[in-house]
Amino acid sequence: MVTRTPGPPEDRLLPQTPVRERRVGDATFPVRIWRGTASGRFQQFDVPRRASQTVLDVVTHVQRHLDPTLAYRYACRVGMCGSCAMTVNGKARWTCRTHVDAVATGAMLEIAPLSHLPIVRDLVVDMAPFFDKWAAAKGQFKPTATRHDDFARVMPGSPARRAIDATLECIGCGVCYAACDVVGWKPDYLGPAALNRAWTLVNDVRDGEGAARLRAVAAEGGCHSCHTHQSCTRSCPKHLSPTASIAGLKRRVAQALVKGKL
Amino acid sequence: MRSARHAAWRFVLQRASAAVLALCVVLHLATIIYAVRHALTAQAIVAHMHASLFWPAFYALFVVAVAVHAPLGLRAVADEWLALRGRAVDAVLALVALVLLVGGLYAVALLAG
Amino acid sequence: MNVPPTLAPAVSTRAVRHNDLRARGHAGFLAFVAHRVSGIVLALFLPVHFFALSQALSDPLALDGFLEWTRRPAVKFAETMLVAALAVHLAGGVRLLFVEFVGWRAEWQKTAIALVAAAALACALLFALNA
Repeated sequence: MVTRTPGPPEDRLLPQTPVRERRVGDATFPVRIWRGTASGRFQQFDVPRRASQTVLDVVTHVQRHLDPTLAYRYACRVGMCGSCAMTVNGKARWTCRTHVDAVATGAMLEIAPLSHLPIVRDLVVDMAPFFDKWAAAKGQFKPTATRHDDFARVMPGSPARRAIDATLECIGCGVCYAACDVVGWKPDYLGPAALNRAWTLVNDVRDGEGAARLRAVAAEGGCHSCHTHQSCTRSCPKHLSPTASIAGLKRRVAQALVKGKL
Repeated sequence: MRSARHAAWRFVLQRASAAVLALCVVLHLATIIYAVRHALTAQAIVAHMHASLFWPAFYALFVVAVAVHAPLGLRAVADEWLALRGRAVDAVLALVALVLLVGGLYAVALLAG
Repeated sequence: MNVPPTLAPAVSTRAVRHNDLRARGHAGFLAFVAHRVSGIVLALFLPVHFFALSQALSDPLALDGFLEWTRRPAVKFAETMLVAALAVHLAGGVRLLFVEFVGWRAEWQKTAIALVAAAALACALLFALNA
């Protein structure tokens, strides 16, 4: 039977000394990994340095060989799913696509969970607020056609479709949300990913949400809170530009407002 | 949703006043640099303003644009950096707008003689 | 191997981690800070400006005395800083108006920010060297 102690038990079980595993002939380097919840702290591990090592390799090594209680997320490990997003040396990144050589300035690696999301434990965050905001921005397609209608015809070269091309590849990894300064300052800000998806749908000629989506993105905490820092654009692993999408939303909302259609 | 329309109007007014101010500030900066380069005296500047219809009207427009633009900018600062938001904050900012408007237009009136 | 008791995931406490300066060392963020700080400086300065002008204009002697005061080096320096703040805020603002209403090209952004900085510096120097 498992005894559970009240409060965040993980924080009280934080080890006090660095954990090492000695293997003859291995060069190791120090890695600081966040343990516990928001009130936790960094724990240092000495990890063997390997060629072409990624940050995900480091985390996996720690969990398998040094401390099995380390909690972290990953799935595809090949840069397709976005599950392994974490804060590496202060910046939100996909750990499976981040080579240690590229980021371990001064041979120090610091790994923490994504910013601006509640920490479940260690490197795992609760993505629910991120997706709640996606829904609040009306980031879902609203169909208008039925099985009896002909297929929609959308010309690939049309401005609307080209706008969609530039924004469609978002996989909801949360890196932009973690990188956004305004998300950190204003808890009800919808954030770059939700607004980027809203822009994708605003440009979808088949979508029937119309002005309701514009109202959703224009409300307090919506697109007008973006100040064009471009932290999101800079950090997006899919090289999308939520900044551009949000600028598009601002334009579309202003147009609807002056035409009395908001 | 009322919130959306209000937010959208704040955005439109902020950007419209910004565009007006962009033109006003360019002219204002050019005027300042011209006056400083030619070492114009106070009397000369004031006399010029008194005799003109354009300058008082220009500065009146400048003041109105500032009274719209500055409080809306401060609203974002208060919200994001001081975590101050809501109706009370909006009321204080409306007061700031009024102070800027009245103070500015008073100075313009004196300038116009 | 000694495995500690199973740890239940903590309930979402809303407590989150925030970014530090390592995430903020880029042009877009610095441009934002310059724009916001210059805006705050201008917003604080304007009521003082209107008040000083009213005082100086309602009394002819006061106007000359005021202008005499503005010839002091410290005041000239402060004025130059204000002109710089105005130029930074204006140029940065024009860039934002362009991004929001005219269009976006990711590859132009850093160049645009550099141009803004250059224009603001030119303005401040024009004032400082002539004043």
